[in-house]
Amino acid sequence: MRSLFLLLWRNNFLITFLLLELLSFYLLVENNKYHNASVLNSANRMTARIYEGVNYVQEYIHLKTNNENLARENAMLRSRLPEAFYNNSFTRETVTDSAVRQQYSYITASVINNSVNRRNNYLTLDKGSLHGIEPEMGVISSTGVIGIIKDVSPHYSTVMSVLHKDTRISTRLKKSSYFGSLEWDGADPGEATLRQITTSTRIMKGDTVVTTTYSSIFPQDIMVGTILDFSVKPGESFYTIRVKLSTDFRSLSFVYVVGNVLKREQLDLQNKSAKENAN
Amino acid sequence: MLTDIIQLTVRFLVLVLLQIVVLNNIQLSGFINPYLYVLFILMLPVKIPRLLLMLISFLTGLIIDLFSNTIGMHAGACVFMAFCRPGVLRLISPREGYEADATPSVTEMSFNWFVIYAGILILLHHLFLFYMEVFRFSEILSTLTRIAGSSVATLSLVIMSQFLFVKSRKDR
Repeated sequence: MRSLFLLLWRNNFLITFLLLELLSFYLLVENNKYHNASVLNSANRMTARIYEGVNYVQEYIHLKTNNENLARENAMLRSRLPEAFYNNSFTRETVTDSAVRQQYSYITASVINNSVNRRNNYLTLDKGSLHGIEPEMGVISSTGVIGIIKDVSPHYSTVMSVLHKDTRISTRLKKSSYFGSLEWDGADPGEATLRQITTSTRIMKGDTVVTTTYSSIFPQDIMVGTILDFSVKPGESFYTIRVKLSTDFRSLSFVYVVGNVLKREQLDLQNKSAKENAN
Repeated sequence: MLTDIIQLTVRFLVLVLLQIVVLNNIQLSGFINPYLYVLFILMLPVKIPRLLLMLISFLTGLIIDLFSNTIGMHAGACVFMAFCRPGVLRLISPREGYEADATPSVTEMSFNWFVIYAGILILLHHLFLFYMEVFRFSEILSTLTRIAGSSVATLSLVIMSQFLFVKSRKDR
């Protein structure tokens, strides 16, 4: 203690100087609004800087937790978006009339996956067996034939599109009722080939090609396309007809799945006849 | 001794009044302010006790502050100047040392000595004063310009006053 006083006494000049400076500064700050505000402001800025630094470190430490929280929140928000909901509503149009027997029912579905650029193209629809879709149902749109249901899951179904090497659509010429099967040669998604129309019929460019009921898949007279041009190979009695498909497969959104109520009956009968014939 | 005190008091009153009434209202080219009153502190006897010097300087600055509404600013600058004064005196002391009753002035010391002595202390005073006033470092260039300008103005007035008012010792 004594040495402390001694130290203070020895440096009395310096200490007086500091005290007087402090006093001046105190007076200055006390009596002057500008300096007052300025001191407070710089004090605030200093504390703000320190807080910023602390906050920066804390943020970094909590980064992982924060990321997890954000991801969880994102997932929760995403699950509330309209796109996250599976649309379970559908319409199945049937008509009740005693004079006519309902043969075809239509189920609306939307295309959720589609391709046109492969050799074998498939579509995926957002309706499945829960909505009454079964394999080998026909699929059409407002513009024409799309394809045939291939596989069905409870909520989804895949469609073998017309643009598939194994797809055969039973078609006929609307004008003359001659029929043949339509297939796709894999080149242009807007064109298909129709064979088996005999050269004895007169056909013209622009003639309409529609479906037949022979395969029990499609209803009668669903639009398929129009004749683009045709040719006859030497030595053959069938035309090779290039058909311009009426449906643009690149811009499909809503389609109808066609169910044939009497399909089972028709097929059973046909099989029975075929068997008897075989025997 | 008594005459010395009277002389100092008169000098104090004259310089402070001159500063308050006249010089505070002079602003050369807008930002140069001469502060002639520091001459009083400059011309306190060389052998004055340091603490007394500091207290006198503080009071001087405080009085100027009271009249120019800048409480603490001049007081702080003057205390700083008084703090530096013994060091400056030691730094530029003549080879044979100061006389017992020496007063820093042109007539008692040489002209060059006085210019150096006054110049250093005035510059220190103004540095402190202007930085207290501006209170930030961001305007450093304009503040330094003001300090330089005002220091030159004050120093000129101080030197002029030496030739106008301080009687030669030999005349006395």
